[in-house]
Amino acid sequence: MSIFDYTLKELQAKLHNKELTVTELVQASFDQIDAVDDEIRAFITLNKERALEQAKQLDQEIDQANNPLFGIPIGIKDNIVTKDLRTTAASKMLDNFEHPLYDATVIEKLSAAKTVTIGKLNMDEFAMGSSTESSYYYPTRNPWNTDYVPGGSSGGSAAAVAGREVFFSLGSDTGGSIRGPSSYCGVVGLKPTYGLVSRFGVIAFASSLDQVGTITKNVEDNAHLLQAIAGHDPMDSTTVDIDLPNYQDELKKGVKGLKIAVPKEYLADGISDEVRKSVIDALKVYEDLGATWEEVSLPHSKYAVAAYYLISSGEASANLARFDGIRYGHRAENVENMIDLFKQSRSEGFGEEVKRRILFGTIAQSSGYYEDYYKKAQQARTLIKADFDQIFKDYDVIIAPTTPTTAFKVGELIDDSMTMYANDLLTIPVNLAGVPAISIPSGFSEETGLPFGLQIIGKHFDEATIYRTAYAFEQATDYHKKRPNLGGAK
Amino acid sequence: MNFETVIGLEVHVELKTNSKIFSPSPNHFGAKPNENVNPIDLAYPGVLPVLNEEAVNFAMKAAMALNCEIATHTKFDRKNYFYPDNPKAYQISQFDQPIGENGWIDIEVDGKTKRIGITRLHMEEDAGKLMHSDDGYSLVDYNRAGTPLVEIVSEPDIRSPEEAYAYLEKLKNIIQYTGVSDCKMEEGSLRCDANISLRPIGQEKFGTKTELKNLNSFSFVQKGLEFEEKRQRDVLLSGGTILQETRRYDEQTKETILMRVKEGADDYRYFPEPDLLPLYIDEDWKARIRAEIPELPDARKKRYIESLNLPAYDAMILTSTVEMSDFFEATIAAGADVKQASNWLMGEVSAYMNKQQKELSDLSLTPEGLAKMINLIDDGTLSSKMAKKVFAELVEKGGDPEKIIKEKGLIQISDEGQLTEIVTAILDKNPQSIEDFKNGKDRALGFLVGQVMKETKGQANPPMVNKILLAEMNKR
Amino acid sequence: MAQISKEQVEQVADIARIAITEEEASVLSKQLSEMMKYADVLKDLDTSEVEPTVQVVDLKNVMRKDEPRQWTSQEEVLNNSLDHKEGQFSVPSILE
Repeated sequence: MSIFDYTLKELQAKLHNKELTVTELVQASFDQIDAVDDEIRAFITLNKERALEQAKQLDQEIDQANNPLFGIPIGIKDNIVTKDLRTTAASKMLDNFEHPLYDATVIEKLSAAKTVTIGKLNMDEFAMGSSTESSYYYPTRNPWNTDYVPGGSSGGSAAAVAGREVFFSLGSDTGGSIRGPSSYCGVVGLKPTYGLVSRFGVIAFASSLDQVGTITKNVEDNAHLLQAIAGHDPMDSTTVDIDLPNYQDELKKGVKGLKIAVPKEYLADGISDEVRKSVIDALKVYEDLGATWEEVSLPHSKYAVAAYYLISSGEASANLARFDGIRYGHRAENVENMIDLFKQSRSEGFGEEVKRRILFGTIAQSSGYYEDYYKKAQQARTLIKADFDQIFKDYDVIIAPTTPTTAFKVGELIDDSMTMYANDLLTIPVNLAGVPAISIPSGFSEETGLPFGLQIIGKHFDEATIYRTAYAFEQATDYHKKRPNLGGAK
Repeated sequence: MNFETVIGLEVHVELKTNSKIFSPSPNHFGAKPNENVNPIDLAYPGVLPVLNEEAVNFAMKAAMALNCEIATHTKFDRKNYFYPDNPKAYQISQFDQPIGENGWIDIEVDGKTKRIGITRLHMEEDAGKLMHSDDGYSLVDYNRAGTPLVEIVSEPDIRSPEEAYAYLEKLKNIIQYTGVSDCKMEEGSLRCDANISLRPIGQEKFGTKTELKNLNSFSFVQKGLEFEEKRQRDVLLSGGTILQETRRYDEQTKETILMRVKEGADDYRYFPEPDLLPLYIDEDWKARIRAEIPELPDARKKRYIESLNLPAYDAMILTSTVEMSDFFEATIAAGADVKQASNWLMGEVSAYMNKQQKELSDLSLTPEGLAKMINLIDDGTLSSKMAKKVFAELVEKGGDPEKIIKEKGLIQISDEGQLTEIVTAILDKNPQSIEDFKNGKDRALGFLVGQVMKETKGQANPPMVNKILLAEMNKR
Repeated sequence: MAQISKEQVEQVADIARIAITEEEASVLSKQLSEMMKYADVLKDLDTSEVEPTVQVVDLKNVMRKDEPRQWTSQEEVLNNSLDHKEGQFSVPSILE
C-alpha cells in the first residue's frame, strides 16, 4: 500500500512517533509522481525544491506541532494563486506567470496549517470544462483507467489524490468541478457553501458560483482540510462571518432520524441504470442506519443548465477581460496598434472553449439579449434556489447521483460540447443555489470498473450534516477503500 | 432662425479618501509611477474588490450637499470596455441605482438666480493614466486606477456657456465646502465633459448633441461651448445637420476638433457586480453623514448679509471658496472687526494671493495674526501705512504682529506731550513755513507734517500731528 | 430562434477583443447558435414576477475601514510585464 492510504490521524501519529518524517512523506509524493504522472499527467508545475526544504524545516518542529495537517503533502489546483509558484489556470495566457506577487487566502491558511505544497494541478483552462481536456498543457487521465477522463475541471486535483501523488488537494467548483472529478476518480470531494471559503486569489471564472473545495480519500480527512481553509476573509466581501462548527465533533453523531430528500428529477432519463441503482442501494444503507427518505421534486431543475451557462459565461466574459497582455501574461508580438495587441494576445492566449464561452457571455449580456437571456437566467436562478429552500424546510439533506454515468473516454465528447455541458446537470443546480454538496464513492461500473459517486447536498453552511451523512455511509461501505491499480509505490 | 442652446454637464470628482475605493493602496497625487498600486489595482488574476466605507460616506456627503435624494438601496455594476488604462477591462460603477438622484444647485448669472437640476450622482473608480509618446507607444501609470470618484450628471437645464461656467464654479464651491475633494482641475481631481445641442426657440424636442471632452479648465469649458454653439448654429443655418460626435477642445486654436462620430449608443454591457454586496442606507447612516456637512456657501452668504451686516458683494467674495470663508470666520472669531476683516481679506490678502499666484493655505498669515493686526490699527497703535509693513511681514513669515512692531520699531507715537515737543522744535526751525501757512499757502502744512514724520521715522500718528501743528501755529 | 450569424460572431469577437479567422467565425456561428437554442429553454419560464439573483449570500453593507497599506513595489509590478519603460507599462499607440 501507499503511505497515502493511511488516514490523516494515522499519519500524524506516525510523524509524532518518529516512525515517519515529513521529508519522507514529501519524498513519497515526488516518488509517486515520478512513477505515475507520465500516465496521469495531474501536475502542471512541481514545487520540489522548496517542498523538500520546507519538509526539512518542519521535521525540526515536529515536537511542538499540534496541527492535524502538519507536514502533509497537498496539491493545489492551478487556478489558485501562489506567490512564489507559477500559476497558469492551465492557459497559455498565464504560461509565463511565474511571480503572481501574492498568495490566495486559502494558501495563507494552508501555510498556517503547515501543509507542504507539492505542486500545481492540471485543470480545464480557466476551469471551463468537465474533462480536463481543455488544459493548454495536456489532458489529465483517469487513474482507474487512463483511456478515460478524470472529469473536470479539477481533474488534476481528483486524479492526483486517487493516484496517491499527494495526500489531498484543493480544487474549485463552479458547476460541479470538484464533485464531477471526485465521482469519476472515486474520491471524496466537497463543494462548500458559497461564502464559506475565501475566493481571494482564486482566478475567477464565474464570481457568483466559484467556490474552493477539498478533495480527499475519506470524509474525516476532508473535514480536517475544510476546517483549515474555511472562514471569513476581509479580502473577500462574499465570505460570511460565522462561527465554524468543529466538523470532527459533528462527524460521528450518526444519521438516526435524519430526513433525506431524493429529487425525482435527479433519477430521471439520462441517468445510467447502475448509477440509479447505487442511489437506491445507498438509501437502503441509510434506512438501516435509522434515517428516512422521501421522493421530492425540484421542479425548476430543467432550467438549471441553461441558466448556468448564461450566468457563468456572462460573468466569465468580464472576468477574463483583464487578460490583455499589458501587465502580465501572454503578449502577442509584432502587433500594429493597441487594439491589435488586445485581440492578438487574447486570440493566441485563450483556447477554443474559453473563447467560445467569452463570446457566448458577451452576447448574453449585450443589449437586445440581456433581458431575455442573462437576466432571465438570473430569474431562473431565483426559482431554482427557492426549490432548494422549500425542500430544506422539511429535510436535512438531499441525496442524488453526482454524475449521470461513470467517466467517458478521452476525446469522446471533445467535439460535442452540448453533451459535455449537460453532463453537469446534477451538480450545477447546487452552485446556482449556493448550497454545499459532497461527492463520495458509491460504486463501480460492472463494465469498466470505473467509480462513480453519491452526492449529498446540504443546507447553507450546514457542511456538518453533510459530513455526518457522508461519514455514516462511508463507515457502512467499502467503496472508499478500493484504489486504482497503478505503477509506483504499492 | 433663432436657436436655444441646451447644455448638460458630466462632472467627475475624485474623493480624497486615504485609500482607494476597492483596494487599500494609498490614494494621493504625485507618487512615482506605479508605486501606489497593488495586485488589486492592477487587476491581477484572483483579486477581489472590497468597498471603502469612507468613499461611500464622502459620496453621500457630496450628494446631500447637492440636494440629492439618497438611495435606500444601492449597488455596484460592471461597465465593460477595453482600454489600457482600465485594468480589469470593466470599471466598477453604478448603473441603475446611483447613490444620489434628483438634486439641484442654484447659480447666479447676471444677478439672476437659476436652479440647475442634477439628474444623478454615482460612485465609481477612476482609471489609470495613459501618456502618449511620439514613438508609436503609450505608457500607462496605474497610480490613479481605483481612486474613488463621483460622477455628477446635470439635467439639460443649462442654456448658455456662461451658465455652464457658473454651474461648475458653484459645484466646485459646494463640494470643496464638504471637504470630500480638492476639486483641482489642474491635478485632475475635477474633470468635466459637456453635452451641447441647439434647437429652434419654441421647439420642445432636443437637437442632436455633441460631446466635448478634454476640457482642462472652467474657462476652456466656456470657450469650447461658445465655439461649439457658434459652429452648430452655422451648420444648422446653412442647412446642414449636426452629427452625434465626440469633439475635443484645442487650447491653441481655440476650436473644437472631431474625435469620433458615435454610431448609436455605446453598449457597455452593464451587469451587477457579483463580487460586491448591495448597500442599504438607513436613516441613521444618512443622519450621521448629514450632521457632518458644514454650513454651505449659500447659507453662509445669507448669514454674512443678514447677521454680520456685510454688503452682498463682500458676502459673495468671502464665500467663494471654503478657505476664504473659513479664514474670515476664524479672523472674526479671534476678535477682529467684521468689516475690517472683510476689507483686508478682499483687499490686501487677495491682491497678494493673485500677485504671488498662491492659495490662502500657502500663506504664513493666520487668522489670529490678521485679527491682532486689525485690532492694533483700531486702537491707534498702528497707522494704516505701518500696517502695510506689518502685513508684508505677516504674510511672508507669519508671527505675532506686536512682536513685529517692536522688532521693526513700528509703534505709532500718539503721546500728545512727546508730539508737541517735536512739533515745537520743527516750528522753531521753519518760521518761513508758519508765515506761508498764515498767508494761506496750504502746502506749507503738508511740508511741516512731512518734517514731523521724517523726524519720527514715520511713526507719528498723522491725525494727531495735524491737530497739534495747527494748534501750535495758532499760538504763534 | 436566436441564430448567431457569422457577421454577428465577428462583431462580438471584436467587442470581446478576440481575433478570429473566417473559418473560426463560421464554426462559432454554428456553435453559438446551438448554445443560444439551448438557452431558449428559459423562454418557457414565466419570470414576470421574479427578482433576479445576483448573489446567494445574504449580506449587505460589507465595507472596510479607510486605511492605506502599501503592498508591492514599482519594480515588482513591472517585472511581470513584457514591455515597460520609465516605470510605466508600455502599449502600442491606439492608431498605427
